[in-house]
Amino acid sequence: MALTGVQIFKLLPKTNCKKCGFPTCLAFAMALAQGKADIAKCPDVSEESKKVLGEASAPPIRTFDLGSGAKAVKVGGETVLFRHDKKFFNPCALAINIKDNLSDDELAKKAAEAANSEIERVGQKLRVDAVSVEYASNSSAQYEKAVKLVAEKAPDASIILNCKDAAAAEAAVKAVAARKPLVYGATNENAGAMANIAKTHSVPLCACAQGLEALSALTEKLQGLGVNDIVLDSGAKSAKEIIDHNTQIRRAALRKGFKPLGFPVINFVLRDNSIQEVSIASVAIAKYASIVVLSSIEKWKNLALFTLRQNLYTDPQVPMQVEQKIYKVGEPDAAAPLMITTNFSLTYFIVSGEVENSKVPSFLAVMDCEGLSVLTAWAAGKFTAAKISQFIKDSGIESQVSHKELIIPGQVAILSGALEDKLEGWKITVGPREANAIPTFLKSRTV
Amino acid sequence: MSYVVPKESYNGKVLSLDFGKGDKAAVIGGENTLPFLSFEGDIPNRPVVAYEIQDCPPDDWPETVRNMYKDVSGDPVTWAKHCRNNLNAKAVALRLVSTHPDRDNRSAEDAAKTIKDVLAAIDIPLIILGSNHIEKDAAVLVAAAEAASGYNCIIGKAQEGNYKTIVAAALAHNHKLIAMSELDINLAKQLNILITQMGFDKERLITDPMCSALGYGLEYTYSVMERIRLAGLLQNDATMQPPILGDVGMYVWKIKEVSAPESDVPEWGSIEERGIAWEAVTATSMLVAGTNLLIMRHPKSIEIVEKTIAELF
Ligand code: B12
Ligand code: SF4
Repeated sequence: MALTGVQIFKLLPKTNCKKCGFPTCLAFAMALAQGKADIAKCPDVSEESKKVLGEASAPPIRTFDLGSGAKAVKVGGETVLFRHDKKFFNPCALAINIKDNLSDDELAKKAAEAANSEIERVGQKLRVDAVSVEYASNSSAQYEKAVKLVAEKAPDASIILNCKDAAAAEAAVKAVAARKPLVYGATNENAGAMANIAKTHSVPLCACAQGLEALSALTEKLQGLGVNDIVLDSGAKSAKEIIDHNTQIRRAALRKGFKPLGFPVINFVLRDNSIQEVSIASVAIAKYASIVVLSSIEKWKNLALFTLRQNLYTDPQVPMQVEQKIYKVGEPDAAAPLMITTNFSLTYFIVSGEVENSKVPSFLAVMDCEGLSVLTAWAAGKFTAAKISQFIKDSGIESQVSHKELIIPGQVAILSGALEDKLEGWKITVGPREANAIPTFLKSRTV
Repeated sequence: MSYVVPKESYNGKVLSLDFGKGDKAAVIGGENTLPFLSFEGDIPNRPVVAYEIQDCPPDDWPETVRNMYKDVSGDPVTWAKHCRNNLNAKAVALRLVSTHPDRDNRSAEDAAKTIKDVLAAIDIPLIILGSNHIEKDAAVLVAAAEAASGYNCIIGKAQEGNYKTIVAAALAHNHKLIAMSELDINLAKQLNILITQMGFDKERLITDPMCSALGYGLEYTYSVMERIRLAGLLQNDATMQPPILGDVGMYVWKIKEVSAPESDVPEWGSIEERGIAWEAVTATSMLVAGTNLLIMRHPKSIEIVEKTIAELF
């Protein structure tokens, strides 16, 4: 639990030497307590004090990278039970499970699916983050070969070594050590050997137990053996167990400061029916999983799960927004149509996507409405005739187009009269209500 | 360190509510814990999924879901029976779309007749929904409440602009009532207060904080629902204890992700599965956030969600 400024002060040298950049040790202690300073700035603090401070300031849920390199994903580090309390920080990683006893062709194909899973939604690039290779062959040689093949075909994906046989796991870790694979995992039986592997190759380790009592005992054992980057698998399989265990883990870590469960959680949600799996995965994404392992990653499945993750991990205080400016879609000339919308990311991306679909080069004026959608912004008094006309005048678009016609969203048709009054000499045209009607609308104007 | 189950203690309880009659009547709500946390409370009733049907052919539904009902959707009675007999529906939600002035502007009397016919044809509970036109709904739902007198239906939706007449009708004919506000916990609370001040029992209310589809504001609905549940359970706020409705189908089946063919968006994959998954994911998230009653369209999505509900118990 966090220490107060006075508690921290007691651990400092109390010489007021100013080397930390603060006038006194007490001032430095106060800054530390607020998280505004780093203990490393005091050269004279004892190792003993550093350790105490380090433990006290450690986040309640440990954060580390799954994988290595630019596409590694951070797991853990959450601070709340409900997104409205602050926000969820590190979007849950999605992984596909691949059995090592498939043919080389099939292994390569599945790995490539993960490698090529990237899609863009509302300006974010989303992809399957990890591949889990399952030790199903019972042959260490086959396992190592499969892991190598998958790693090679999915060069950016993080790797999960789904293997409880320590010897097979070790050989596989060595083969892909640079990728920092997560070893899945340690059980009460193999804990010693697995801890050794994790330490030797400095890779994270998953603790696998049935139930939260056994799991807590296991993570304490692993920490005792010197492993710090731990992932939790409580054995939860059904939707009920997932909600139940994950909620208890998050509460224990955040509300009780219970260190043995202060780690990111992995859930395997494998089901025979792929759409059923999507539904169960939704439960895990909403309820605190940091890694969700799936049995297949069809495109429609990725889209739905990525979108859910994106929705739940947005900042509830700040809607996703884009910059206010006049965007060009295609290469519009001076006669090209001019449309206006708000700067809510979702609105912008849907509308600009449809304008692109129309193949009619256009200007899209995007107005800052604090990231609100068209109707919400209108209802909140941010997308009004006065503000729109001011924006159009200030934007300088008048000198770029040869006409004076502004197309407004159909949902705010009501603004057209007031806008014609405010924007002298302009013609206001009411566009369709829904963006998907924009292509037909724009094309019909050009004939 | 030994592990102690981190239980929360709640002062409040979600109100339970029954609708329909006879041995097919349904009960929702009644839990004294957050959704599905049976390790710290009782969850006596499972969430219920109602099949959405409407009083005119669903021309505006995307083909993927419209096709599921192509042989039965010409007539609401046939459609309702199909849901009951062939799809094993636990409840049906009849939306009186054709009464909307911009659609067929059918009269309140017409709507009343449709309701009588549907009620005579099925023995499962019925939810009766207006066309979401504030003024017209007031007239239509009054007639509907009378036509369904004695059937213990759920009628809705009462909104800030029309609740008075609708509440009076639900009161007079002994129905349950959906109170809908727009994605704001304070508005939801205020509407429930206004309605109970008219003498309508909070035990007969259902809160609809307004749904939104995955990718189209789902996170707002999700968080408002979570906050409503926390207020009802932790703070024992009686106005926040009615069961919650998730009117999922109508928000999902109008967006691009469920209707764009794969040929237009190859990176989105199969349109069939995409639509079903979209409705199932939206509904599952609503369940996790606190929904007790869902209204959905695609039989496959409903089957998936019912299986998930079974897994949650
Ligand atoms: C999510 C939401 C919110 C979120 C805000 C989300 C955001 N970032 O904007 C929150 C909860 C904060 C919110 C608040 C409010 N909201 Co609100 N909200 C919604 C909701 C559910 C979805 C809005 C949305 O994201 N739509 C998706 C985007 C993409 O739509 P869009 O921007 O309109 O764009 C579409 C079209 O307009 C068109 N289009 C866009 N630009 C252009 C341009 C051209 C040229 C063309 C042709 C077309 C076009 O294409 C897009 C896709 O088809 C709607 C109801 C609904 N289901 O639609 C209500 C809604 C917009 N809200 C409403 C209201 C009243 C409010 C509040 C005033 C009330 C309150 N609860 O306090 C506040 C105001 C906010 C404030 N700051 O003061 C009302 C507006 C009523 C009205 N007709 O005026 C709505 C319609 C609810 C309702 N009545 O059913 N809201
Ligand atoms: S550097 Fe250390 S000893 Fe010196 S003033 Fe800062 S905290 Fe005190």
